[in-house]
Amino acid sequence: MAGGKEIKSKIGSINNTRKITSAMEKVAVSKMRRAQERVAASRPYAEGMRKVIGNMAGGNLDYRHPYMVEREAGTVGYIIISTDRGLCGGLNSNEFKAVVQELKSWKEKGVSAEFALIGNKATAFFRRFGGKVLAQQAGSGENPKLADIIGSVQVMLKAYLEGRIDRLYLVYNQFVNTMKQEPTIEQLLPLPAHDAPKRKYKWDYIYEPKPEPIIDMLMDRYIESLVYQGLVENAACEHAARMVAMKAATDNAGNLMDELKLVYNKARQAAITQELSEIVSGAAAVG
Amino acid sequence: MAMTVHLDVVSAEDKIFSGLVEYVEVSGTDGELGILPFHTPLLTTIKPGMVRIVKQFGEEHFIYVAGGVLEVQPDGVTVLADVAKRAEDLDEQAILEAQNRAKEAMQHASADFDYAEAAAQLAEAIAQLQLIRKLRKTK
Repeated sequence: MAGGKEIKSKIGSINNTRKITSAMEKVAVSKMRRAQERVAASRPYAEGMRKVIGNMAGGNLDYRHPYMVEREAGTVGYIIISTDRGLCGGLNSNEFKAVVQELKSWKEKGVSAEFALIGNKATAFFRRFGGKVLAQQAGSGENPKLADIIGSVQVMLKAYLEGRIDRLYLVYNQFVNTMKQEPTIEQLLPLPAHDAPKRKYKWDYIYEPKPEPIIDMLMDRYIESLVYQGLVENAACEHAARMVAMKAATDNAGNLMDELKLVYNKARQAAITQELSEIVSGAAAVG
Repeated sequence: MAMTVHLDVVSAEDKIFSGLVEYVEVSGTDGELGILPFHTPLLTTIKPGMVRIVKQFGEEHFIYVAGGVLEVQPDGVTVLADVAKRAEDLDEQAILEAQNRAKEAMQHASADFDYAEAAAQLAEAIAQLQLIRKLRKTK
């Protein structure tokens, strides 16, 4: 049996670890709440955009934006959103698994893939996985800004317009609830057709200056806002997953400490018993 | 009582304003616009600048927007505001930066030591070694 001192120092170190994990859990709880607020705050914009685009699609326009035109898939693009830091359970690896599975099915059809990566974990993974990476962006930590992702999104939009990619997907974790985060792969381009709202009478906007530039701008902003939403949603998932992982770690540390305490007490008891029996037998030998 | 229309000012990051207003003033790309209730449907891009809002009961309110789109509908007015200054050349710069980061990230390992990645590499190397040993034995 290990000496009492070693066990005691081990208990001490586990206790320290537990303090850290439980602190991380508490931090994650409050960060998650803020991240969820951010998700809610980003929704009205995308909804407003969708409404405007829907209305324009319902109007009598000849202009068909390239984002709406379906093409044969030769190359596909992925915008992959991951976290910057680890210690959040299987959040990133589940997401990457889903992507790898998709890539496999594309490969069977002879379709190649290109990536824009947001977050350090995705970068690390795809550096080893291989594949053509067009753009990279470290995740933006506590307070994601739309400005952080404009570059990466524009790279992919440009590639789409120039015909270098024929589909664009967004990969992120969807926040279902605190216990459940679902890896989601969403098609951004070509824009999945929305049903134009039915109207009783025909109307169209007055466009100032011209419809085309407004549509172009709206489309770009719309895609950006979808990616931004993915980013904030993924951030909420990160904190939720970290919270759960850290809670499990804290509980485990507690259990481990209890077990070690038992072992320690036994070892101490054994040492005392041994000492006593030595004294007694020593006294008997003298007497 | 003055007539009102519902106004939403939203950006990708935040809902900035929502409520009934009597009057909205924005600078569109083609000129200043003053929107009163029952305005005809209109869609226009707006320049960076102030949006002046006269709320119900006459209270004034100013919001700065860095460009965006104004939509007027029979049932409401929406300002889809940009959060950052946007221009062709600024976007271009962001694109270049993102591409350069991609190149750099793929060439250099990150400066801070990534334990999970190192562990994955180690596992891979061990698996390869085992395979080589197995192949040697069968020879």
